Parts: sequence; structure tokens; C-alpha cells
Amino acid sequence: MTVSVKPGKLIKGQTGDWEVVIGMEVHAQVTSKSKLFSGASTEFGGEPNSHVSLVDAAMPGMLPVINEECVKQAVRTGLGLNAKINRRSVFDRKNYFYPDSPQGYQISQYKSPIVGEGEIVVELDGGKTATIGIERLHLEQDAGKSLHDQSPTMSYVDLNRSGVALMEIVSRPDIRDAEQAKAYVTKLRSILRYLGTCDGDMEKGSLRADVNVSVRKPGGPLGTRCEIKNMNSINFIGQAIEYEARRQIEIIEDGGTIDQETRLFDPNKGETRSMRSKEEAHDYRYFPDPDLLPLEFTQSYVDELKAKLPELPDQKKARFIESLGLSAYDAGVLVAERESAVFYEAVLDGLADKARDGKLAANWVINELFGRLNKEGHGITASPVSAAQLAAIVGLIGEGTISGKIAKDLFEIVWQEGGDPRELVEARGMKQVTDLGAIEKVVDDIIAANPDKVAQAKAKPQLAGWFVGQVMKQSGGKANPQAVNDLLKTKLGI
Amino acid sequence: MTDLTSLTIAEARSGLASKSFTSLELTDAHLAAIEAARSLNAFVLETPDQARAMARTVDAKIAKGEGGPLAGIPLGIKDLFATKDVRTTACSKILGNFVPPYESTVTSQLWRDGAVMLGKLNNDEFAMGSSNETSCFGPVVNPWRREGSNTALVPGGSSGGSASAVAALLCMGATATDTGGSIRQPAAFTATVGVKPTYGRCSRWGIVAFASSLDQAGPIARTVRDSAILMRSMAGHDPKDTTSVDIGVPDYEAAVGKSVKGMKIGIPKEYRLDGMPAEIEKLWSEGAAWLKAAGAELVEVSLPHTKYALPAYYIVAPAEASSNLARYDGVRYGLRVPGRSIGELYENTRAEGFGDEVRRRVMIGTYVLSAGYYDAYYLRAQKVRTLIKRDFEDCFAKGISAILTPATPSAAFGVGEKGGADPVEMYLNDIFTVTVNMAGLPGIAVPAGKDAQGLPLGLQLIGRPFDEETLFSLGEVVEQAAGRFTPPRWW
Repeated sequence: MTVSVKPGKLIKGQTGDWEVVIGMEVHAQVTSKSKLFSGASTEFGGEPNSHVSLVDAAMPGMLPVINEECVKQAVRTGLGLNAKINRRSVFDRKNYFYPDSPQGYQISQYKSPIVGEGEIVVELDGGKTATIGIERLHLEQDAGKSLHDQSPTMSYVDLNRSGVALMEIVSRPDIRDAEQAKAYVTKLRSILRYLGTCDGDMEKGSLRADVNVSVRKPGGPLGTRCEIKNMNSINFIGQAIEYEARRQIEIIEDGGTIDQETRLFDPNKGETRSMRSKEEAHDYRYFPDPDLLPLEFTQSYVDELKAKLPELPDQKKARFIESLGLSAYDAGVLVAERESAVFYEAVLDGLADKARDGKLAANWVINELFGRLNKEGHGITASPVSAAQLAAIVGLIGEGTISGKIAKDLFEIVWQEGGDPRELVEARGMKQVTDLGAIEKVVDDIIAANPDKVAQAKAKPQLAGWFVGQVMKQSGGKANPQAVNDLLKTKLGI
Repeated sequence: MTDLTSLTIAEARSGLASKSFTSLELTDAHLAAIEAARSLNAFVLETPDQARAMARTVDAKIAKGEGGPLAGIPLGIKDLFATKDVRTTACSKILGNFVPPYESTVTSQLWRDGAVMLGKLNNDEFAMGSSNETSCFGPVVNPWRREGSNTALVPGGSSGGSASAVAALLCMGATATDTGGSIRQPAAFTATVGVKPTYGRCSRWGIVAFASSLDQAGPIARTVRDSAILMRSMAGHDPKDTTSVDIGVPDYEAAVGKSVKGMKIGIPKEYRLDGMPAEIEKLWSEGAAWLKAAGAELVEVSLPHTKYALPAYYIVAPAEASSNLARYDGVRYGLRVPGRSIGELYENTRAEGFGDEVRRRVMIGTYVLSAGYYDAYYLRAQKVRTLIKRDFEDCFAKGISAILTPATPSAAFGVGEKGGADPVEMYLNDIFTVTVNMAGLPGIAVPAGKDAQGLPLGLQLIGRPFDEETLFSLGEVVEQAAGRFTPPRWW
């Protein structure tokens, strides 16, 4: 699969422009009740070593048994990444000694991963997109956790995470700057969350990225890369890439060469520092795990999973544009986070006339609701205004019961006090006046009282706006603006 | 009463059913025999209290007519099998006093069927060895001696304790494991019957792993029938071992005594080694003649890749072992020798905890898997393995029911006699048996005669995958023709 790589932002050095080449390995914790090869719980935050089976502790004679749920999740993720599903894959042992790796090896997939090449489209600033190639996705065990701060002389080990299923998703080196890198992780995370195959919670470590960075003169041969390990924040990924690219450029421009090495990002200093060099790299002695048979499944198994996949962000976006007439930008904003899309769709469900009010609902979700939530620092799931309430407000506007202006007041009341918007409109007399007779009376009164303004407006129709303002003011904002406009045009003869 | 320990399992089963004696009596007789035979060093842990408790329980069941297929039969368990709340060490210092909180699938099936555990049996450390001399508990002594000699002989390995104990009437049968010949070679050295089942026939769950793709549990007993009785309880699919195969377990005992008329028996020409002792050659011809007399047809067959089997085995098995033994690191259980850093702790623990042979194989395995050598060694050996498997498949495709070979190239040798200078000398013991593990096939070793010094020799029969039944039928023919052999008691 070849992807046309989107050029990224070049970095100016003393010798001219430099291009950054980035590839990523994202480790996504599979959403599953139990671990990849044991029945122990994957629940986060348990007492240390409370979710550890005999297999996880690598007791003598224990054997791994594949958790089919994890296989399903990997296949579903592969489908979501538009990738080739390998109906036969092999688990290998990656051998290394570390206290949080009780077996002395990690069960992973080396030569034959469960998912092959795919691609995803990522959203960049200004409505642009880039396509990033996926090289592979494989299943592997997470390690436990070493605790070095519990005792001055000892380290402790918590094996709760040991054996939890991870998907390692490897991108092609198609990423060209920090913005694309951040957009890539954002989009990948969004797809995983839509699929329900990874909760994407970076703070809990459910999603971590190793970022490979190298620099070159645009179009030149690839440079030597450094791998920045274990990034658990999208912003840090951006910062680390910026720093690392500049560091490499400086070294090369000073006549030096880049050593292939593994580095760590220090978010306090905003720097990367060396963790180990290529020479110190482990020889993992990969070989097929003889305890496990090759993993094989049929095409119909894949097809069945495919048929049950949820709608993914790209499809949803296209549908919003197509069937509701949303702008690409609005649709993009709404689908970026699964929760936002869910909320918006719940609003749609509450509308009596989706075709009429769908677009208006999008405006309200994006501008009024998101704006207010951002201001208050709430997430969408903690919104004080429910989807049903917002749907009612939008419906009231759409059917002409209240004006947009009144709707904002109503929104504020619902935000503060809660309640059924329809009932609130009735109870507080916020209904828009559509009774033409009543509006006409107000219009007539104002025209009669202001002959000079009438003359001006007849000469310069734009000045009719003054009358609209007066009518709205007198009606307490409740007059239907369209009706007011129509009446004024007739009465003033403009 | 006759000595209860000299009964076969089949005989004891009748005696228990007819209430001629109780399981407790049978168990006590064996516990006494074990105590009197400590010089053989076959048991590394005797569990008399547990044995008597199990015997009492099963006696109560027998009284109610509820005994299982192995009700009341006292057995020895190779120390490679995890036994719940009973120390399990694989005869390695590195496991120290490890007491597993779980029971291996195979042994739990034996207890389910009413068997009684007498204790844990000695073996080569982590099942690595062909003489039972690498055990951290010291070598096992073979109850057999050369005529007119007091030289202590090895019982073979790695299941030396199992073979020695069964031959010396310390237990009626024993569990064993076979990675390259560890059941069949000791059986041949002690005039016992050893069965290495098809790979996947018995669960590996709860058995300390040596080389996962080759390891298989099986019984050692004194007769073909007894081994068939034990096999039925040991075999079966286990969802906890994904390499175990979901095929029903047949009544193996029913195959014992079944006619072998018309069966085609392959005689592989590649097993006729240069310099093979004349008595092995003679034994082999005799065995063939017995089968022919029973109505089987002898066919010369070719297994052209046989000569590559041993070298390939000594790449595959250590490779897997180097990884399987990585978990013995001093962090969670077993021996821990402290160090100033985690690296030192690993080094100190593993240097102190593993014996020479285990260390040698861990190093060989690490080497053949390392970057730059993987293709030349491990990958190549796996290709050889495929060719060996194909040799057998071709053979069986021609209608061959089983293949007859000698079990070992020689009879038992003296303790300390072999492998001191050159480990390969020891490895050559498995020359006739490793191919079976490499191909995942079932094999049985049956006593067939004695050498000039009065030491037992065995024949091996190799069967089609999951066709252990044919091996029991053929083994019975050999046993009937050769007779049974019991070592004179000197201990």
C-alpha cells in the first residue's frame, strides 16, 4: 500500500530547510475483562498484585491460553484501520530479563502479526487532511510495574498489569511534523474509542506512543532515527518531536552524526535525553512460542465482525454532511470525539424534524454547548444540559416558538436550574408572538409615532432595521422577527 | 499373603475389587519397600501420611463400590509434575522448597481415578539428562547390576527415579515425561514399559517445562497392560493447554492382546548404526521375528533424515529451554541469592541454582536464538524437524502400522561412566528416541531381552499420531514373547 505523504512544516536550520520524518508505535490497551492469556481481571487501580493468576506470575508449568475477546478486538481494530486482516498469525517470545516480566519473556507477535497494512486519514488545521499508512498491528502482553520508591533498599513489583493485552499499532514513517503526529494519535485514539477496543485513556497509560524521529534535507535520503519511548500525552508528543528534530538538526549542522538510540522525554525540561544506545539494545531472541498454536480464523469470522462494526468517525462525518447538510468543519468537530458524536446524535434523536433542525442543532452543540462547557471546564459527559433538553430548545427555535435570542436565555436557565424547556417557555411567558394582529398593532403604533423615521426608511430601506429593533423591544423580544420584517416591508412600502 | 509389591496394577485391581487386601495394606507394603530402598535414591520426597490418607479415602469408596479405574493403586510421581501442597522441585536447587498451590492436570486425573501418591520421584534436573545424574538430589541407582558386579549403574534419564522405582517394586507405576527419550530410555535400562504418547495426548499443564514443543507426559509400568491402564487416566484434552488435542480417550487396555495379524511393521534401515553392538542387532531381529510370528508383515522402510535428528534436537530443545527457564530468576519463588543490583541477583541466583548440564543447555539455547545465528541454527533445525516428520508420514502413507527399532544403543552404564569429558557421549543415548519427539509421534519401549552381562535391553515401537492402541497391541506381543524381567533384590 503506498500512501502519498503530505508534506509537513519544514524546520529552518543554518544550512537551510529540514524535513522531519516520523513513525510511531502506539501501544493501546485492549478493552477486555481478562488478560491476553489468563483469566485475571484487567481492572485498573486494584490493590497491588490483586489481579494476578498463576500464569501471570509465571509459576512453573503454567501455560498461556489465548483470550478470544482480545483476538476479536484486534481484528475489529484492524478493520477500523482499513487494514489487511491476517487469518493466520503467530505468537513469538521476546526474551529479556526484568522483574516486571515474570516469564522472562513477553509473548508478542514478531514475524506474523494479526493485522497487516492499513491507513487512516487524519485532520489537520484549516480543514486539511493527511493519509498516514499503518504498517501492522500485533497483540502482545503488557509488563507489570516496578516500584522503586517504596523502600530504600528494595524494589517492589506489581503484576496487576502483567499480561494485560496490548495492541501495538505501527505506523509507516509517513508523518512529517509535530502537528501531523498529534493529529495521527488523536485520530487513532478516536477510532479506537469508537470501536470500543481501547479506552484511549492516556493518563492511565491505556494509550502510549513510542515516537521515531529523524531529519533530512527535503527529498533527501532518510536520516538516522532516535526513538522517544513511552509518551503518554498528545501535547508532549508534539513538544518532544519539536525538541528532538531541532536537537538532531543542530548536531548535523555542527558536523556531527546522529547515534541511533532510545531516548526519554522530560516534560518538565521539555527535553529528550538518552536512555540507551543501539549497542546497549537487547537481543530479544524472538522465536515462535511453542506453548501456543498459530492463531487461525476464517474469513467468515472476519466478515461477521466487520458487519457488526459501529459507524466510525469518517463515515459519520460523511453522513452528517450528506444527510444533514453540515459543513465539513462542523461535522469534523462533532465526530472528533466519540462522546460528542454520541451527544449530537442524541440531540438529533430528540428532534421532531431532523431535516429542518439538524444543522441548527449542530450549531447549538458546537457553539453554545461546547463553548459553555469549555468555559466551565466540563467534559461533554458532565454537561448540565442533556441532549433531550438541547433538542427541545432547538426544536422550539425551529418551529418558531422562540427566537434565537430567547433561546440563549432559555439555555442559560436550563443550564442553571434544569427543567423541561417547553414547560419553562410556557411558564415564563417566553413564547414568541406570532399572532400577526398583535404584532401589527405594535408596528402601526411605532410607525404612527415616528413619521420622520418613516420618511428616512422610505428613502433608505436599510434603516428599516431601526423599526425591527423597536418592535422587538416593545414585544420583549418575543415577536417573530420574520413576521415583523414582512409587516414592516408592507407598511413602509419598501 | 504374597508380597503385595510384586503385583501388577491389573492384579492389584482385582485383589482390591475382591477385597483380598485393602489399598491401605497395598500402600503400606510399598511405603515399607520405599523405606528399605533409599539407597536407590529413587524418591526425593516420600509422602507416607498423604499416601495413607488417600488410601483410606479410596478404601471407603471401594467399600461402597465407588472406586475409579485406578482405585487404591499406589503410584510414584516424577518431581516435574506440580503436586498441590507437596514440594515440587524438578530436582533443581533453583526451585528450592517450592510448594505449588496447584496440581498438574495429569496427576489430578490420576487422583480423580482413585490412585494413591507415594511420593515424588527423582529425575535429571529439569529433565535434562539421560542418566539421572544431573539431579540436585544426586544420582538414582538402577536396581539392575551387571552379573557378578557391584558397580552402581544408572537407570537412564531423565525419568530415572520413575524407572528405578517401578523396576524395584517401590511403586506399581509412575508418571514420567519424555522430551527426547526420557521415558523410553530409562524404561529400556530397567526392564520396564515406558510410553511416550503422541504430542498433545496428555496435558502439559502443571508440568515443569523443559522444551514445550517436545515435552509429553506418559507412564512407566511393569507390563504393557499396566501402562495402558495408566495411560487412560493420564490422557485427555485440557483446555488449559492449547497444544493438547481434543480427541476422545480410547480404552487402551482393550488393545492389549488384540491381534496384530496383517499389520505392516516398518524396519528402518537408517537405525542400523555402524558399530552397533551385536546383541542390540540380535534383539532387534528377535523382536521382528516375534511380530512376524504373530502375523505381522515386516517391511524395510527408510527414514532418510534420521541422522540429522539428534543435532537438530540439541538445537530446538535447548532453545526452548533457555526461554522456559528464564522464569527461575530468584524474584518470585524458589532460590534467591542476593546481589547489589537486580542483574547481580539474577546472575548469583541462576549460577547457584542451576547445575552444569542445565547451564550448558541454557547457554546453547541462548546462542542458537541470538541475532545472527537464529537462521543458521534454530530455523534450520526446525526445517530438519519438518523433514523428519515427513519421513514418518511417507512411511505411514505406505500402510505401515508401526515402526520397530531398538530403544537404546546400549544397556545401562555405570554411574559417572559417561559424559564426563564429552557431553555428546551422553546425548547419543537418545539417538533412537529423539526422532519420535521431533515428529510428535507416540512411542513405547518394551523389555525384550538381556545383554551378555545380564542387563535388560528394550525395543521401541513407533506409531501413527494418536494410535497408541496399536503400540499396546504390538507391545503385548513382544512382552509375551520376551517374558518379564525382575532385578534380583540386593538393596
